[in-house]
Amino acid sequence: MLGSGLLQGLAVTAKNFVGSFHDPARYTTVEYPEVKPALPEAYRNFPFLVSENATDPMGTLRCVACQICEKECPPQCIYIEKSKDKKPDAAGKPQIYPAIFAIDTSVCMSCQICVEVCPFDAIKMDQVFEIATTTRFEALLLNREQLAKPNSYYHGIHPTEAAEVDARLAADRKAAEEKAQAAAAAKAAAAAAAAAKAASPAPKAPDESRRSPQGEGGPPTPKPQSERGAVS
Amino acid sequence: MNPELLTPGGANVRAVHDAFHGDLLEVSMGPHHPSTHGVFRMIVTLDGERIVKLKPVFGYLHRNHEKLGETVSYLGSMPYTDRLDYLSAMTNNWAYAIAVEKLAGQPVPERAEYVRVILAELTRLLNHTCLAGFLMQDCGCSGTPLMYAFREREKILDLFESLSGSRMMCNYQRFGGCRVDPTPAWVDATRTLVGNYGAFLDEFEALLTGNEIIMARTQGVGVLSAALAINAGVTGPMLRATGVASDLRKSDAYGVYPRFQFRVPLGAHGDVYDRYMVRVLEMRESIRILEQALAGLPGGPIMDPKAKLRGFRPKAGEAYGRIEGPKGEIGFYLVSDGGPNPLRYRVRPPSFINLTVLEDMCLGQTVADAVIILGSVDIVLGEVDR
Repeated sequence: MLGSGLLQGLAVTAKNFVGSFHDPARYTTVEYPEVKPALPEAYRNFPFLVSENATDPMGTLRCVACQICEKECPPQCIYIEKSKDKKPDAAGKPQIYPAIFAIDTSVCMSCQICVEVCPFDAIKMDQVFEIATTTRFEALLLNREQLAKPNSYYHGIHPTEAAEVDARLAADRKAAEEKAQAAAAAKAAAAAAAAAKAASPAPKAPDESRRSPQGEGGPPTPKPQSERGAVS
Repeated sequence: MNPELLTPGGANVRAVHDAFHGDLLEVSMGPHHPSTHGVFRMIVTLDGERIVKLKPVFGYLHRNHEKLGETVSYLGSMPYTDRLDYLSAMTNNWAYAIAVEKLAGQPVPERAEYVRVILAELTRLLNHTCLAGFLMQDCGCSGTPLMYAFREREKILDLFESLSGSRMMCNYQRFGGCRVDPTPAWVDATRTLVGNYGAFLDEFEALLTGNEIIMARTQGVGVLSAALAINAGVTGPMLRATGVASDLRKSDAYGVYPRFQFRVPLGAHGDVYDRYMVRVLEMRESIRILEQALAGLPGGPIMDPKAKLRGFRPKAGEAYGRIEGPKGEIGFYLVSDGGPNPLRYRVRPPSFINLTVLEDMCLGQTVADAVIILGSVDIVLGEVDR
């Protein structure tokens, strides 16, 4: 019958019209400034720098100014200047730090490539989207101080990912410590052996000879720093 | 023509008609017109209401995409491909990833192949749903179908956001796998969405497919012959609506598509209604593929453990990777000289090539038809202009 398709369509619109008032699943509007939308954990917009300690954010930045993100950033929105001196990092090892680290968020396209290429887990994606400003240039160019946020903040926005990162960093740190210890032990053993050799041509102690090959190579680490593209 | 004829009181309707008779009128549609789906311009020459000539003008959204691809690393181009056809970022990513994987000889784990199929079919659902909504908007169904389409689109975008972190600019595929492993919760949410999508399509079709006004408006309008479509290199639903069975998922059998049972819907007339119908039927088939892919989703790694992220330098050579995107064959041609950037980076954008037959479809039609014919081509200017 001519017109039946039309009536069928009208039935659909009528059903939807009524349904939008009665079905809670259809209340799609979020009263935005009063009600904030629930963001998924994976949500990302602009990068920030992770610092270990909230009380001293500049002193405990994970960033070592290796400039990989600056090189890889597709729209070239990151600018880094290396420091002249070195500061101890969280593990106590002296490291170069970024004297200037600036991100132009008016250029940034939120692609997350800086996060992926960072070998030190120093740069992560933020979830702050209310960043409207009244000027186009200065306010959108974020410097080191504005970018630095503590690790606890990172745990707050991306809990699963942050836990994985922490576990990996702890494993790396432990492996590095073990390696350093083993290397020190091997060195001490070698020195002792040399001293013993100089004193008397006695054979080496069996426990020392067993330990030394392991000390030179180091124990197998879950994810060695060198494989993850560390820059010396 | 005598200007006095147009002065008030002095005009004689008959005289004006005679003065203008046989004159052609040139109308510039766009670039700032909502019916042109972005910054696209058509210079239409009219004889009365009939189109006698149509000249497409584009390039307003040119972003130097291909040259940009040659100045950034292979990985750096991935987020730019999101911005080609910004409705289907996931399939753009996949096509580019396939091209680079071919170039570098990079294998992809099985789980990643399944996830790629799931995301590509979700993208197809999203794209075709939106297209149907936009097309109806162009026909004059102001609002209703588009709002229904966008309601469903939002659900798919939520899935993309919870997986990749961004609704539209997903930047998800990597060379040798995918960036993030989907959680079981995500897979369940996708299963629910796919389960409900058939009901939405039933509703959508009840609203549109049998509607007499839509049939009268779209049937026999903008007919494209199969011969012209093949000669012009038209691909995707546009080509299938003319009755040519051509689908890269079948003919190229890339990824894990050979494992799935699905049909390729074909049109018979090549008019606007057929193009709408082919897309609706393709969505039904996409749901079938999604159900099979979600049921068969294997475990294992999502990334090839040997895949390199930093310092990626494929050996010298060339590769062309293509997939069946929602709009047609989306392909990437890369030439490598062994360096970190491609030596040549070329995109084969489906909607740009489908747009080349626009004048042939519009000749002899009315101005109002030009709007729905353009709507049925399914263009995204990000891809046309690059």
